[in-house]
Formats: sequence, C-alpha cells, structure tokens
Amino acid sequence: MGLIAVLVVIALLTAFYTVQAESQGVVLRFGKYIKTVEPGLKFKLPFGIDTVQIVPVRRQLKQEFGVSTRDATNPYQYTSSSEQTREKSMVTGDLNAASVEWIVQFRVNNPKQFLFQVKEPESTLRAVSESVMREVVGDRTVDEVITVGRQEIEVVALQRMQKLVDNYKMGLSIDQVQLKDVNPPPPVQPSFNEVNQAQQQREQLINLANGEYNKVVPKARGEADQKIRSAEGYALKRVNEAEGDTAKFTALFTEFLKAPEVTKRRLHLETMRSIIPKMGKKIILDSDAKQILPLLQIAPDNK
Amino acid sequence: MQKAAGSFISLIAIIAIFVVYNAAYTIHETEQVLITRFGKPVGDPITNSGLHFKIPFIEEVNQIDNRFLAWDGKPNEMPTKDKTYIVVDTFARWRIQDAKQYFLRLRDERSAQSRLNDILGSETRNAIAKHELIEIVRTTKDRKPVVDEVLSDAPGNVGVLYEIAKGRALIEKEIFELAAEKLMDFGIELLDIRFKRINYNETVRKRIYERMISERQQIAERFRSEGEGEAARIIGKKERDLQEIESEAYKQIQKIQGDADARATEIYASAYNQSKQSVDFYEFVKTLEIYEEVIESDTTMILSTDSDLYRYLKHSEGTTD
Repeated sequence: MGLIAVLVVIALLTAFYTVQAESQGVVLRFGKYIKTVEPGLKFKLPFGIDTVQIVPVRRQLKQEFGVSTRDATNPYQYTSSSEQTREKSMVTGDLNAASVEWIVQFRVNNPKQFLFQVKEPESTLRAVSESVMREVVGDRTVDEVITVGRQEIEVVALQRMQKLVDNYKMGLSIDQVQLKDVNPPPPVQPSFNEVNQAQQQREQLINLANGEYNKVVPKARGEADQKIRSAEGYALKRVNEAEGDTAKFTALFTEFLKAPEVTKRRLHLETMRSIIPKMGKKIILDSDAKQILPLLQIAPDNK
Repeated sequence: MQKAAGSFISLIAIIAIFVVYNAAYTIHETEQVLITRFGKPVGDPITNSGLHFKIPFIEEVNQIDNRFLAWDGKPNEMPTKDKTYIVVDTFARWRIQDAKQYFLRLRDERSAQSRLNDILGSETRNAIAKHELIEIVRTTKDRKPVVDEVLSDAPGNVGVLYEIAKGRALIEKEIFELAAEKLMDFGIELLDIRFKRINYNETVRKRIYERMISERQQIAERFRSEGEGEAARIIGKKERDLQEIESEAYKQIQKIQGDADARATEIYASAYNQSKQSVDFYEFVKTLEIYEEVIESDTTMILSTDSDLYRYLKHSEGTTD
C-alpha cells in the first residue's frame, strides 16, 4: 500500500511541468520527438517516459567577438584578452591588417533543429560568425572596413551568416550583426590619426589663405570703386565748369558785340580797380621822367 | 507450499522485469544505435528514435551521434606560395554517415577528431602552400572597392583590392573535395570546411605594420603639401586680383578724366572759337582774369601816367601828346 502511494507521488511530481513565457518545450517519448508545446502548465507521461527540453525561443541571445561585456554569462563567450585579440585581428583585401569587434544577436527559431540537428549550435555559430566576418573583411580594403564600408559589411555578414546557419540547420535566426570598434591595429593607429590631422591641417591652411584673400580683395575693390566715383566726379565738374565758363563767356561776348570798344575798356578798368588796391606798393611815374627809374630803391617792404 | 509457490512467482517476475529492462533501450533524436553481438556489429544501424528491443545480455547497444558535428582545428602556422607565414585556423562540419564503418574503424568521436586533425590539417597545409596569400584572403573576384573620396588619388596601393584567380571559397572547396574522399573510408561525411581565422605570423605582422605606417605617412604628407599648395595658389590669386582691381580702376579713371577733359576742351573751343572777334575777346578777358590771380599784396607796380588808369592824372584830355 505504502509503495503504491510513493509511486503515485513520484508520478505526479514527474508528470507536471511549466514552460515559461519566453520559452517553448520540446517533448520526447523514449527519446523520440513528439511535439513542441507553448508556455503554461503542462502534463506529460511520468517516470521518464516523456522528457521535456525547454528552449527560450523568445529571448534574444548575443555573442560578442573581440569584446566582452563585463558580466556576460554566456558560456560560449571567450573572455581571455589574448583570445579576444586573435578574434578581432583580420587581414583585409589590400593585405593590410585591421582589428574588428562585433556582436551577433540571434534567437532560436526552430527548437527541434536547435536541439537535435547540430551538436553545440552556439559554438558552431561562433565559428560561422568568425569565418563569415573574415570572408567579408577579406574582400574589402582597410579603409572600407574602418570607415566607408561599415554598414555594408554588417548587411553582407548578416546575410551570409544566416545562409550558413540555415545550411547547417541550426534552428537559429540571426537578428543583427553589429560592428563595434573597428580600428587599424594599435601600432599603426598613430599614422592613421596623422592622416586625419594632416587633412585638417590642409583645410586650415586653405582657410587661412582664403581669410587673407577675403580680408584684402573686397577692400581693394571698394577703394577702386571709390577712386572711379571720384574720377566721375571730376569729369562732371570739369564739364560743368566748362559749360559754366562758356555760358558766362558767351553772355559777355554777346554784350561785347553790341558795343565792343566801351565794353572792352570798361572791363579793363574794372579789373584795374579791383587789382590795384590789392598791390603793396604803387609807384606812379610821370610819363616824361623816364630817367628816374634807375634811382628808385626797389626794395622789399620792411615793416 | 503456497508460500513457496508465491516466492517462486515473484522470482520469475523479477527475472522477467530484469530481462525486459535489459532488452529495452531508447534512441534519442540525436543518436543512432549500432547493435553488437560480442563486439561484432549486427545488422544495420538503427536511426529511428524511440523505444526499441534487443536480445538481452547477448547484444550490446552502441550509441553513435547522429547530429552535425564540429571539428575545430588548432591554429597552425604555415607558409603560402609567396612565402608569407600565416596562422590558419579552420573549422569543419561532419557527420557519421556510415555508423558501422565508423564504429569498426574509429569506435569513438575522440579518435575521429584525431583523424580529422590529420586529414584536414594536411589538406589545408597543402592548399595554402599552393596559393598566394591574397587568394586565401579574398573571395569575390571582381569586387570593386568603395573608395573614400578623401583617399581617391592616394599614392601607392591605398584603396586597391588585389586581383585574385580563385579566391577563398574555391580553395575551401578544393580542400573539402580532397578531404571528403579520404574521410569516406571512415564512414564520415564531411559537410564543409571553412577558414575561421587567417592571420600574419609575428614577423610578417611587423612588416605589414611598417608598410601600413609608411603608406599612411605618404597620405598625410600629400595632404599637407596639398594644403600648402592650395594656400599658395589662393595667395597668388589675391595678388593677381589686387593688381587687376587697381589697374582696372586706373584705366577707368584715366578714361573718365580724359573723356571729361576732351569734352571740356570741346565745349571751350566751340564757345571761344566762334569768330576772329571771339578769339580776341577771349584772350582779352582771360588776360584780365589772370591779372586778378597773379597780383598779390607784395607786388610792386610802377605805373606810368601813360597808362589807361592814370593818364587823367596828368591831362584832363587823357592824352600824352
């Protein structure tokens, strides 16, 4: 009686199981696959007739290459730094070297394949990922890898990884391939920086020269314009004066023609009247006393 | 008597259970099973998973993996055809295709791995020795690199992908074909082999780094020189433009002034040059104007009573005769 009770308890304990929300359960009877079950409290045949393997299909998994998050618990993650160095050192298609760090995000999309088709699918994925990344980097120049080609590398690597993973029937889907730090190897890095600096230097030299140009040339243009305007002013003045002078002359000449002798005399006398007072010394000589002239002391006015 | 019969039945039952338990075995999804009798395989390997029975005690169950298995080679240093020493790390997928053959020749996975090491290792080495490094590095034949426009006309081989005849995938295939044939004897089906890592060895790496550094320095030098050149060009243009602006202005000024002078001359001429009389009158008027300008306060003038102004000082008639 007691034996039966013990058996019933064991049966109950081994018959019920829970599948967590993020997972699916794969049920085997005597080692043969019978079904995949969704989350919830489930029943199976007891005493090890049915066994269940739980696979977290909705959890996104991550593998890092050449880097490692400090508290990563993934058992397939290499953490020794020399191994990481080997992971990230690559040869590029122009036979240079580059250091490439990347991560792969994936999930299990076919638990049956994941469990039964491949031994150690996760370490296989690591090998696939490293192989594919080198293949992609090997087809590119070091400059593509470091700068311009990054996004393309991610896209191509993802496609090829997915293709291999499908070929191997690993039951995984690759969600994302992300390049992290991609650099020239450390001993070469200063020379790459030097290129950047030289590039900036070039821009700076050009800017300085342009600055000097802009400081001088527009000013010179303005000054040239100023001189031209002033010449135009001169031209206007010259013509206007000529016109004024001639108008005055013509008017005078018209009057002159009416009474030439008188006008001429008048003009002469008027001029004399206006200029003689301005003179310092005036000596009026009798027209007969011509000999006196040499005796006169013509000296500067000493006041 | 009854008690004896009861215990006999129990004994029979226990033996029966023991026999059944020994006869029954399960095959997991990941396995196949080869039955052996006294160490000799009996029949074909059983691959359908689930519950199975065998002859108890006499027959033995040998579980053999039915999955795709991994072979992860050790990194190996080897020379390429162009005598560059590289470290090559390969990996392969394989599967036990003929379990009986496999069981007879290798028995377990450990010896299989060591056989794979031998065969794949040597085929890899052969293939590497027959090809130049670039053939192993590159895959796609006619790929044109995307060139950073900043480096578009950089010196040397910067931004250039070297040509290949075969490429990585084909070489992998060659290794695969040769190795797969040899592994068939062991009941092993090779699924593929791929290069996982390829790297320069220590001494080669140093050389590569030196070359990279010198390439980059050349680029840097070119940038600096370009900067200086471009700056000099701009300064030159500045000087040229200044000269142009100034001379252009001078030219215009001269022309404007000349035109104005010419116009003024024309205006004067047309007014003064109307007749003989006007010419004389102009001379007269102008001369008077000049007197007004040239006579100043320190000028001493000796005027005779013969002069127009003073002649009346002497004679009321104003004549000297």
